[in-house]
Amino acid sequence: MRTRGAGRLLGREGRRMADAVLFEFLHTEMVAELWAQDPDPGPGGQKMSLSVLEGMGFRVGQALGERLPRETLAFREELDALKFLCKDVWAAVFQKQMDSLRTNHQGTYVLQDHSFPLLIRMASGLQYLEEAPKFLAFTCGLLRGTLSTLGIKSLVTASVAALPSCKFQVVIQRS
Amino acid sequence: MAVCVAVIAKENYPLYIRSVPTENELKFHYMVHTSLDVVDEKISAMGKALVDQRELYLGLLYPTEDYKVYPHTWQWLRVWGFPAVAGLCTVMPCLGLSQSPRIKSVFPNQLCSYGYVTNSKVKFVMVVDSSNTALRDNEIRSMFRKLHNSYTDVMCNPFYNPGDRIQSRAFDGMVTSMMIQVC
Repeated sequence: MRTRGAGRLLGREGRRMADAVLFEFLHTEMVAELWAQDPDPGPGGQKMSLSVLEGMGFRVGQALGERLPRETLAFREELDALKFLCKDVWAAVFQKQMDSLRTNHQGTYVLQDHSFPLLIRMASGLQYLEEAPKFLAFTCGLLRGTLSTLGIKSLVTASVAALPSCKFQVVIQRS
Repeated sequence: MAVCVAVIAKENYPLYIRSVPTENELKFHYMVHTSLDVVDEKISAMGKALVDQRELYLGLLYPTEDYKVYPHTWQWLRVWGFPAVAGLCTVMPCLGLSQSPRIKSVFPNQLCSYGYVTNSKVKFVMVVDSSNTALRDNEIRSMFRKLHNSYTDVMCNPFYNPGDRIQSRAFDGMVTSMMIQVC
């Protein structure tokens, strides 16, 4: 997804509704296509598709991490980078900010979104719960890619308790 | 106008380095390499500063006085010491030594290097020849802004793998427009 800067997508120059919807449709098709092509529907095959999706998200996140932060060298510490993820990146991609960010101050952050835009069209409750993880793989990759451009190696996993609310757990890898 | 432009990755290896074709391009490579030390120093100094707004543009890194001297004048260097070379070199042609085919021209260059670092710790170093025109700070900043925008475009190109050497023709064209034409 080629963005022209957070300003335009945040509506400062007039909201373009089509951007968000196009991305949602593209994402749905990506998941459907990668799942359909899979000749082996067992657990091994599923892992391949999930990692392909995550890899795509990673590359997009790397580009986004280059394009979005502008003008100021704002990240003095990890928490600043995570806040940037929750506010600017989420607003640029999903037109809303992350609902909550929690940390244990030891390198683990939990980002919670109560109404995740990619899940909100699916269900509201417990129906389709087992289908939800594949719709989160791209976003996990996106978060990991953006953090990697900012110089932070991390591992991102997602979990869904009840649609459309989901949690992303970011664990910083210190070597 | 820039004489040499370099894009350095966060692991401190060059992603792109291009200089005006001269007979000693290695000198520019060395200059960029030493500028990296100054860049690192500035970045770590910024990390300790309590300012809210930290600039991406690092400013003038260091100026050098560079004298282009040809092989058989090296003995003068050793005898007279460096600062006196310029005077000697301008005098020597008058002494009739300009008949020697090896002296073509001798002139002092003032080369300055400027730095810029992005949020992803990618550094841009630009070496500028400021003896002809005095380039204002704003012009250097706008050149870096153009570089940054072009680099962001390269990053967003799906055919580019982050960490590879930059081979984009669009980026080359933009850098060419910033460099001087040496005939």
